[in-house]
Amino acid sequence: MWKWLHPYANPEVSYHFAGKILPWLSALAALLLSIGLIWALAFAPADYQQGDSFRIFYIHVPAASLSMGIYFGMAIAAFTSLVWQFKLADASAAAMAPVGATFTAIALITGAAWGKPMWGTWWIWDARLTSELILLFLYLGVIALQNAFEDKNLAGKAAGILTLVGVINLPIIKYSVEWWNTLHQGSTISKLGRPSMSVDMLWPFVFCFLGFILLVSVIICIRFRSEILTRNSIRPWVRTLVSQHLTQEKANEV
Amino acid sequence: MNPRRKKRLTIVGSVLVGIAVVAGLVLYALSQNIDLFYNPTEITQGKADSGIKPKVGQRIRIGGLVVPDTVKRDSESLKVSFSLSDMKMPIVFDESDLVISVHYEGILPDLFREGQGIVANGTLTRSSSGELYVEASEVLAKHDENYMPAELADAAGKDYKKLEYSDKQLDSKSY
Repeated sequence: MWKWLHPYANPEVSYHFAGKILPWLSALAALLLSIGLIWALAFAPADYQQGDSFRIFYIHVPAASLSMGIYFGMAIAAFTSLVWQFKLADASAAAMAPVGATFTAIALITGAAWGKPMWGTWWIWDARLTSELILLFLYLGVIALQNAFEDKNLAGKAAGILTLVGVINLPIIKYSVEWWNTLHQGSTISKLGRPSMSVDMLWPFVFCFLGFILLVSVIICIRFRSEILTRNSIRPWVRTLVSQHLTQEKANEV
Repeated sequence: MNPRRKKRLTIVGSVLVGIAVVAGLVLYALSQNIDLFYNPTEITQGKADSGIKPKVGQRIRIGGLVVPDTVKRDSESLKVSFSLSDMKMPIVFDESDLVISVHYEGILPDLFREGQGIVANGTLTRSSSGELYVEASEVLAKHDENYMPAELADAAGKDYKKLEYSDKQLDSKSY
């Protein structure tokens, strides 16, 4: 059943595949993000209560959902790496962790900037904000463990265990606003049925959200490729690649 | 699947289940401490499952909806008082709702208005007539997850005017 996946277990095949889809992903990301952000920031109607401050929604919400989405991807990679001892999974987790940490930080910072004018405070220790902060610490812990060992396999294993332990935080973040009373409002988009937003506000969000997903895929793709190269630097195919690159560069100079 | 992978799968799986159970129990035990605020009903009658009630003189956060027509503002200063009822959906106010009043001196957040969710941080106090109220030192506005343009809100007959402050009120307290 999984036969078609087998060639991608080879780092060389994966490296070239990621390189092939990269330009397409980048072009699409640039297109969707520029449409989405211009639409959201300049043309979407202002909210009746919050006015223009509500526009930070278009960055805050994608960043927050991606901070959780990337963590989930990392957890799947950690799981496959622990059970099937599949080395590329460690490389992909290492590619994802700093991107996820950055998006968690973006979600926290934009959230604080939004909270000050609307709620009246930068920060409050409610369940949603605190669990998102814990997610940031989990990311930082995973990154630290990935770099704490000389042996990449050992590092991947240690970081993978922490990643899997931390996965329990994801449902807590998601449902914190329903399980407990918090200052943070409930979710607008992921409600079953219809989202609590008027349609002319929702469309720019769809573009922004897809655009950010693609942007994250682009960054992860680039990082994944360089992870593969550093982890396989002694392999002959990497050496050939490097020497080809060098001759190319020399030719360009002349 | 070969036996070694199967073994690893069982180990990883059971560790995950174990952690989920532990986290679930911890959160269950802590559930009341994770709540950010007390509802007015919980202040007078105690929490639904444990009956824990805040004491007079205790610093608490109270959260609720500002009951319409209860906002009283002093024309000379920034003193304001209003009543809160339990947050619930859909928002309807009833005479029989339990309310707790909040006293505050200071500028209210921009989103403060009647019918809006509010979280106030302050001391639970008993007035000379025996009523419980909260002497607040901080008032935060909680906004809901609904966004709409002004035209739609007007059509729905929503009232969303900001509070205005006179110079006299603003001068009464220097920041």
